[in-house]
Amino acid sequence: MQTATAAAASVTAAEQAATQAMHRTMRNQRIQDFIFHKTTMLFALSVLAVLMGIIISLMVGAWPAFKEFGPAFITTVEWDPVNDKYGALIAIVGTLATSGIALLIAFPVSFGIALFLTEICPAGLRRPLGTAVELLAGVPSIIYGMWGLFVFAPLFGDYVQPLLKNTIGHLPIIGQFFSGPTMGIGILTAALILAVMIIPFISSVMRDVFEIVPAVLKESAYGLGCTRWEVVRKIVLPYTKTGVVGGVMLGLGRALGETMAVTFVIGNTNKLSWSLFAPGNSITSLLANEFGEAQSALHVSSLFSLALILFVITLIVLSAAKLMLAGMSRKEGTK
Amino acid sequence: MSQVSAMNAPAKPAMNPVYRKRLLMHRIGIALSVAAMTLGLAVLAWILFTLIVKGFGAVSVDMFTQTTPAPGSDGGGLINAIVGSTMMVGLATLVSTPIGVLAGVYLAEYGEENKLAQVTRFVTDIMLSAPSIVIGLFVYALYVAQVKHFSGYAGSIALSLIAVPVVVRTTDNMLRLVPNSLLEAAFALGAPRWKVATLVRLRAVKAGVITGVLLALARIAGETAPLLFTALNNQFQSFNMNAPLANLPSVIASFALSPYDNWRSLAWGGALLITFSVLALNILSRTMFSQKVPN
Repeated sequence: MQTATAAAASVTAAEQAATQAMHRTMRNQRIQDFIFHKTTMLFALSVLAVLMGIIISLMVGAWPAFKEFGPAFITTVEWDPVNDKYGALIAIVGTLATSGIALLIAFPVSFGIALFLTEICPAGLRRPLGTAVELLAGVPSIIYGMWGLFVFAPLFGDYVQPLLKNTIGHLPIIGQFFSGPTMGIGILTAALILAVMIIPFISSVMRDVFEIVPAVLKESAYGLGCTRWEVVRKIVLPYTKTGVVGGVMLGLGRALGETMAVTFVIGNTNKLSWSLFAPGNSITSLLANEFGEAQSALHVSSLFSLALILFVITLIVLSAAKLMLAGMSRKEGTK
Repeated sequence: MSQVSAMNAPAKPAMNPVYRKRLLMHRIGIALSVAAMTLGLAVLAWILFTLIVKGFGAVSVDMFTQTTPAPGSDGGGLINAIVGSTMMVGLATLVSTPIGVLAGVYLAEYGEENKLAQVTRFVTDIMLSAPSIVIGLFVYALYVAQVKHFSGYAGSIALSLIAVPVVVRTTDNMLRLVPNSLLEAAFALGAPRWKVATLVRLRAVKAGVITGVLLALARIAGETAPLLFTALNNQFQSFNMNAPLANLPSVIASFALSPYDNWRSLAWGGALLITFSVLALNILSRTMFSQKVPN
């Protein structure tokens, strides 16, 4: 009787020991998981911290110029390091003009490429050709700059610009955009180079969103006798509208911040002109050219203000792009 | 093209003006699309052709053995720039890989459940396209202005900041492709979450993570703008990361615009070297993991 109780007691003791060991293991694992969670979170938060750090450091750097010039900084034309007077209008106009024109050119071309790769291209060629287009995004910015300055700009100035000047240049209102000396480098050349640089980004997003169009929709249109062009134009494009605009905004975000290529071909002149052939300056080219040599504190601070303006514009454009694309991928779930 | 005309040809009403107009529109649309594709490929071919024609002449033993020439002197090479670039890009990769992979693991593991991770994912996507010159300026304000000298470390920091989002994004995307059944099997064996996340999930997409690192490497190897105010440049051979360091992109930028023929030729040689390395990295990363990768 006693031995039986003892045996039972020892069994429960063993069970208890086992349970305790298990609890210990589980507690240890919970602690390990907790540490794992917090450690990885720390690294993820570092990305957020960098963004905040960039904004704060740019604000701190920009503060003296903002105090000196106020909001008029944005609308002032004059950029004069000699007299220590700074206004951002030339750079802002240069950045917006080059990026805007680049988009006007890149959008139809990217659409054509995305259409070709999703609807026309034979399946076997799709991957190599798609990769080739994406390689355009891999070519470093500075290479575009050198190619633009030494190869493209001379040809563009000798042949294409005179042609544009003699044809569109004579038209009433838009003629003034295509007038003036044809030097090859300038706003329009920078815009063309930017267009080539953002085409891979826009066409890649377009391909992604074109591929989520439900096959049923397209097949119904084909069943009604639509041509392939009509299917793309009237079914695929309206269905993917948000995604396409998101892709274009993504391209715009890239174009705004592009530095070396623009610096090489924009002409680096602080003048405002209606002519697209004229040399100009963008925020990035002004930063690249003057930041290293800026002497006065106000000059440095004005350059920081430009960087802050650029960063804020880019953040807004990219956020809009991401929100649009997020809306698009939600649609994917409902097909 | 032929398929479509075959589709339309047998239809009798093809003579109807409305149908003819639609067919014409279709043909114009398709032709423009083919033209756009041709244009894209032609520009790529043109750039590569230019690099080979202008850069091939400069590629020689000297380019890999001699330092950048002084103004007005003959010959010279790019060895100091190649070494400097390798050091900076190497350090940046070493630093950004663990940070990026762990942050990516966090997003994939805990991303569905909380707002913080979603915000981080959003910010990562934005940082992926943030202007690189602004990142250079940030490092200048934060580091260079404090220690009061340009240095290879500063350049490495700037490059890491650009590389991290690329690694985070790719790791996150790849991890989310791992089937749940695999994770559930590991959980059923009693493995704690951190073991499942690292030893099972991360290991399953090893190739994908390496793809991300290669893409980041390709991205930062050609970056010039963030190095302008951080690493600056150095005419001499130097292994000191705590001083201005020569680097390929900056040397190319300044030599390309110089009046000396041998400098310009070296710039094209360097351009050829850097472009083909970057493109090779891009192709390698794409073939290693057949999944679509983010830009």
